[in-house]
Amino acid sequence: MKAKKGELKVITGNSAAAYGAMLCRPDVVASYPITPQTEVVEQLSKFHADGVLEAEMIEVEGENSAMNAVAAATLAGGRAFTATSSWGLVYMYDAVLQAAGFRAPVVMANVNRETPGILAVSSGQQDMIQTRDAGWIQVIVENSQEILDTIIMAFRLAEDYDIQLPVMVNYDGFYISYLAEGVRIPAKDDVDQFLAVLKTQPKRTIMDPTHPIGAGSHGLMTEFMELRYKHCAALDRAKKKFDEIDKDYGDFFGRSYGGQIEEYRTEDADFVILTSGSAVGTSRTVVDAKRAEGVKVGLIKLRMFRPFPQEKLIKAIKGKKAVGVIDRSVNFGWNSGPIYTELRALYPEIGPMPILSFIDGLASIDITKPHIERVIDDVANAAKGKPYQAVTWIPLEERE
Amino acid sequence: MAIKKFSSKYEAAWSDANQQLLCLDTGTWRTKRPVVNVEKCTYCGLCAIYCPPQCMKIMPDHFEPDLNFCKGCGVCAKECLRGAITMMPEGDFDNEGKKG
Repeated sequence: MKAKKGELKVITGNSAAAYGAMLCRPDVVASYPITPQTEVVEQLSKFHADGVLEAEMIEVEGENSAMNAVAAATLAGGRAFTATSSWGLVYMYDAVLQAAGFRAPVVMANVNRETPGILAVSSGQQDMIQTRDAGWIQVIVENSQEILDTIIMAFRLAEDYDIQLPVMVNYDGFYISYLAEGVRIPAKDDVDQFLAVLKTQPKRTIMDPTHPIGAGSHGLMTEFMELRYKHCAALDRAKKKFDEIDKDYGDFFGRSYGGQIEEYRTEDADFVILTSGSAVGTSRTVVDAKRAEGVKVGLIKLRMFRPFPQEKLIKAIKGKKAVGVIDRSVNFGWNSGPIYTELRALYPEIGPMPILSFIDGLASIDITKPHIERVIDDVANAAKGKPYQAVTWIPLEERE
Repeated sequence: MAIKKFSSKYEAAWSDANQQLLCLDTGTWRTKRPVVNVEKCTYCGLCAIYCPPQCMKIMPDHFEPDLNFCKGCGVCAKECLRGAITMMPEGDFDNEGKKG
């Protein structure tokens, strides 16, 4: 059975996030405004005022309370949504860790922005990177339609009985958050139907006054370790589950995104480049142009960052001659890009090949077509066995 | 290898309220225990209000510490206006709680 086509609207990425959340009928929404996420809260409040959204809207005094409110709401058996960015994410960090440890299936939109201590009201994935070890599922999306679709998928993933983990949907602030483009908005009853499978699953443990339990109890030694193991095991299961949900979504709504990663012209490629977020769209265009020139380059879009899609990446990259990674953030202490260093962990499996790190797009520097052409040229040379530079800070070198 | 055998049936740090799992048995930390003189107790409830881990149980005509959790801090004895609570050394009691 297929879903109805849905209404086509020209909306911003932030609006798309609000639509996605609203369509899933959350019981509780608690969110504190911060640039570039503010419009998400505005739009959700408008939905609530218009009677379209019947959630409990909690006006919180900060992000820390927002995360605690939504995590508690899910522990009480509800569905909850929040959104934040950058300093807001930092300000709720202890609650972010709590939510993951509580296995609270919160869905949060994180509108990527640079983080302290250099004040920058501009785009960058550093906020997401700083939360990578919090135990959340982290997904990175590319455009407004994917934001809306992924938030709906995120609720199904988070609340799945086998997963029970919070999900963070990341999209580039400023670039996607404020860009208005055509978005298909699914019908509410179709979204209900897509999420209905959750109701057929066993009930997850919730705070129920008739059967009192303690949440966040003290974990002692092996009990503590056992819970860590279960958390890791659930993250591991989330990879395959995300692929399945993405496929289900595609079968029903007619749009899917490849699950953990999307491969673009990789099959017969000699070498590949890997990136995420809004840079993927530009990269596709450049890959097409290079292909027209006879350069056998492929592109991998990283959608799932946590858990890290090892198996998928090994399959996609093994046998290629080189890989280049464009990061919109830095890995302090490695002096390179974070996704690059994660990929390097797969070196034994993907075999001997040059892996190149490109740092670009910090603080809203545009990741332009010439930048990506340069990446492809560098990786092509490395693939031919020529000497290469391991880490390149593209905009800084350009300036010299 | 996937581990299948777990001591907790739960996915997160949840515990049944009346079960010891993942709840600290803080009573074992105690060196002195509060002993309530029921005759002197006026049922005012100050001890229960001041008790840091809130382990004073409400009985029909007096208050009684839950010795599974009472750490023996002595706040209740200090706050009781009637002097109805005395801190007694743990060594004076055997496993059944009887004074030796």
